[in-house]
Amino acid sequence: MRFGVVTFPGSNCDYDAYAALKRVLCAPVEFLWHGDSDLKDVDCVILPGGFSFGDYLRPGAIARFSPVMKSVIRFAETGGLVWGICNGFQVLLEAELIPGAILRNESLRFACQWVRLRVDSNRTPYTRGTRPGDILRMPVAHADGAYYADDETLMDLETSGQVVFRYVNAEGIPDEKSNPNGSRRSIAGISNREGNVLGMMPHPERAVEPILGSEDGLTLFKSLLGTTATGVDSPLRKRVVSDRGV
Amino acid sequence: MHEPTVTSELVAQHGITPDEYEMIKSILGREPNYTELGVFSVMWSEHCSYKNSIVLLKTLPKEGPMMLAKAGEENAGVVDWGDGRAVVFKIESHNHPSAVEPYQGAATGVGGILRDIFTMGARPIASLDSLRFGSLDNPRVRFLVDGVVRGIGGYGNCFGVPTIGGELIFEDSYTGNPLVNAMAVGMVKTDKIARASASEVGAPVYIVGSKTGRDGIHGATFASEELSEESESRRPSVQIGDPFTEKLLLEATLEMIDADVLVGIQDMGAAGITCSCSETAFRGGQGMHIDTGLVPVREEGMTPYEILLSESQERMLVIVRPGREDDVIAIFKKWQLEAERIGEVIEGGCFIVDHNGERKVDIPADALALGGRTPQYKRAETKPTHIDTAQSWDQDSISQRDNYGDVLKRLVGSPNLADKSWVYHQYDTSVRTNTAIGPGMDAAVLRIRKTNTALAAATDGNGRYCYLNPRRGAQIAVAEAARNLVCVGAQPLAITNCLNFGNPYKPEVYYHFAECVRGMGEACRFFGTPVTGGNVSFYNEEGPRAVYPTPTIGMIGKIEDVRHITTNDFKATTDYIAVVGETRNELGASEYLKTVYGLTTGKVPALDLAREKAVQQFILRAIQNQWIASAHDCSDGGLAVALFESCIGRDDHLWGIDCEVDVGAIRPDAYLFGESQSRVVVSFDDANRQIIEHAAQEAHVPLTIIGRVAEGGRFVIKPFIDESIEELRALHRDCIPTLMDERVTASRVA
Repeated sequence: MRFGVVTFPGSNCDYDAYAALKRVLCAPVEFLWHGDSDLKDVDCVILPGGFSFGDYLRPGAIARFSPVMKSVIRFAETGGLVWGICNGFQVLLEAELIPGAILRNESLRFACQWVRLRVDSNRTPYTRGTRPGDILRMPVAHADGAYYADDETLMDLETSGQVVFRYVNAEGIPDEKSNPNGSRRSIAGISNREGNVLGMMPHPERAVEPILGSEDGLTLFKSLLGTTATGVDSPLRKRVVSDRGV
Repeated sequence: MHEPTVTSELVAQHGITPDEYEMIKSILGREPNYTELGVFSVMWSEHCSYKNSIVLLKTLPKEGPMMLAKAGEENAGVVDWGDGRAVVFKIESHNHPSAVEPYQGAATGVGGILRDIFTMGARPIASLDSLRFGSLDNPRVRFLVDGVVRGIGGYGNCFGVPTIGGELIFEDSYTGNPLVNAMAVGMVKTDKIARASASEVGAPVYIVGSKTGRDGIHGATFASEELSEESESRRPSVQIGDPFTEKLLLEATLEMIDADVLVGIQDMGAAGITCSCSETAFRGGQGMHIDTGLVPVREEGMTPYEILLSESQERMLVIVRPGREDDVIAIFKKWQLEAERIGEVIEGGCFIVDHNGERKVDIPADALALGGRTPQYKRAETKPTHIDTAQSWDQDSISQRDNYGDVLKRLVGSPNLADKSWVYHQYDTSVRTNTAIGPGMDAAVLRIRKTNTALAAATDGNGRYCYLNPRRGAQIAVAEAARNLVCVGAQPLAITNCLNFGNPYKPEVYYHFAECVRGMGEACRFFGTPVTGGNVSFYNEEGPRAVYPTPTIGMIGKIEDVRHITTNDFKATTDYIAVVGETRNELGASEYLKTVYGLTTGKVPALDLAREKAVQQFILRAIQNQWIASAHDCSDGGLAVALFESCIGRDDHLWGIDCEVDVGAIRPDAYLFGESQSRVVVSFDDANRQIIEHAAQEAHVPLTIIGRVAEGGRFVIKPFIDESIEELRALHRDCIPTLMDERVTASRVA
């Protein structure tokens, strides 16, 4: 599997995603430039964290109109793997590849801290190496991270198994204290209905080596690469519907 | 365009003394015009010329086998890291802007120091911020803390540099004049170090990055006077930061340096175009001729005076190799930034400015640049009387408290000793995925990719110590920074410093300054850690009183093997807890005296440099041999506080301790809360006990086992303290959020 990491002006986690793949996993990866529409024939596009275009209008609002995004949207709609992390998640929401919106953190302050994520769906290519209920430890770092959707959309996300990650406490229970930003229903990551597009606020690419404090992020990369112990070799680009509710 | 006539009033308004004006006339052989007066005014300001400090700064040790560029030669110090790499680092103050406009003041402080780093070709890998404010009970102070923290986060987070450490200290002396000292560290391949020099005659000169606006005009002059009520009206002197543009400027600059198209490059900080042109010309032994009419401006009708003095952020001066202009333009176009040719390097050593062809400035560059013919003064020193009064204070004049558990609770729940995570959770600490130890420990640690090494960094300073005994206070700042690095497993390499003082024309202030510089120099010579550069900030006063004399030391160290990275938290129950070093009967200048008795007096703790070095070498040896599981510098709040801090483990796991101490002839409160220097709290398991005790004996370093790590939730130091660790931790954790969060909104509205 070949990866492409998009660099928008103001992306600052593009190198981190690149390094996780290249140096830790020795996977083929290259940078994609925001001004080019060529996706270089990669199998998975990563929209990285950072402050694309300074986040000056609204996070992700300008990046969404980059030439590269036209190709990314087409790629996603035909089943291509598109993974938005942090600012990349915000870009996905602006591009309406996944439903909902991101609001300013409830604290109105930037929040950089370690969080625990519970895997609520392993029916995506990103989580198929995990079991529902697994807890992953990784950092969040954002000022705008409160996931918001109206009740109807939330219900739809829950019933179709699109809630992939939730912020939880050490016991695996979502509660107010372990929710770093005020996301509705402690949602940390969601997929589109088909499961090929994943958006998440936490940073798996920052949890890939023991020296960084956690290797839990590797699980997601390894799921994509099909190298996890429990990884099923299911064909990608297949319609995935989870039966897991709340 | 009509320009004001230069009168003696105008000269005085520009902060130039009559004597200095005579010097200017003799340099030029004529009267300066209005624009030239502005140029002299900023370049001869304290901020740019270091006129009242440079004589003493020259006494600091700058030599060392690993120094690749000495202090003052370049924008920042350069230290050889080995493997063809070098570390570039520097600290700078942004106190005055932060006092007036805390968000932008702090943000542009971070932006400015980052530019100093990447202008040398180094990618910034870390930022640290040493902050000092008045009491959080004051609503204005809460407003400043809130704004400064947001500003640091707002800039660094967007730029994409991890903010991994620093300090946050509260003392009344900083109420109206907070200290905001920003440090940045970068890494560069030694063959890619860019020079801040315009050595090639005929080379075209470009201004790149943002357009030039009217912001920050006379920022350097503003920083060179005392704060007053009129300072509020100086708000236009504060620059506005744009971290997004700076991120683009970073990428474009590194790409350009990598493409080898440059003769030289310098960032535009204080005094903007004027400073960067005259300094690069002076360093290159040449002159520079520019036309301000060619500078891209944000506003119509800007005068050459304004363009030359603007401190608009995110700009660089770039001297391009003749023939490579198109490459530079292409790189900047790719990053959607301006790159405009404004002039060229010329022979003759003069800084010449035209405006649309009309001559506005013609001044020899060496009359403007630091290290050239700028004025240099040594001021009168008078020892303040409070120093001797403090020396003779008798610590037995205060009675002992009867409940030390209550004292400990009060200390860990006081702002100076409380948990600072409310601050650093607002900073991105892990971007770039190198952070092995983030904020909150003795020192921060970054692994260096593609090597087995790691870099440790810390800032340290103690204004109260320096106020009571400037020479020893400065020595302690250096010693403690080194001790902090050693505790994470690093060998200290070199320092940068930020010297925050009051008005140097006041003899008592100058005494403090001179003594601090002497003390810092002595300690740095002793530890073999050269001073690579830094910055002096005078005029930190509001009302009649100066801030505590505060030298902030920024130190970096090297960990040879990442496996040696050590943290300060205990690791396992039943591990032994020991104090390395000697606890003395000292209470003077302590946090305990200030918090519990409201006293700022007494003898500053003794410092025996040889003993300090022996302790540090022993700790480093113990870490490198993996004898010890944790190491924690024992400093503010003394032994009891250090032990408490070591109880806070990863993911907030709380260890208990079961200790028993024999205080002998020492006052119990001095034993528990006194701040004797050269002490480290360590923990180790049974298997290592003998070898550690033996090694300590061999090294002539005192080592006292005082107890063991325990589960069970009690913090016990028999016969004095038996408290719930949960309760202590709650006080420690909630102090700053409680003081800040609930009240800051109210104060902003009010």
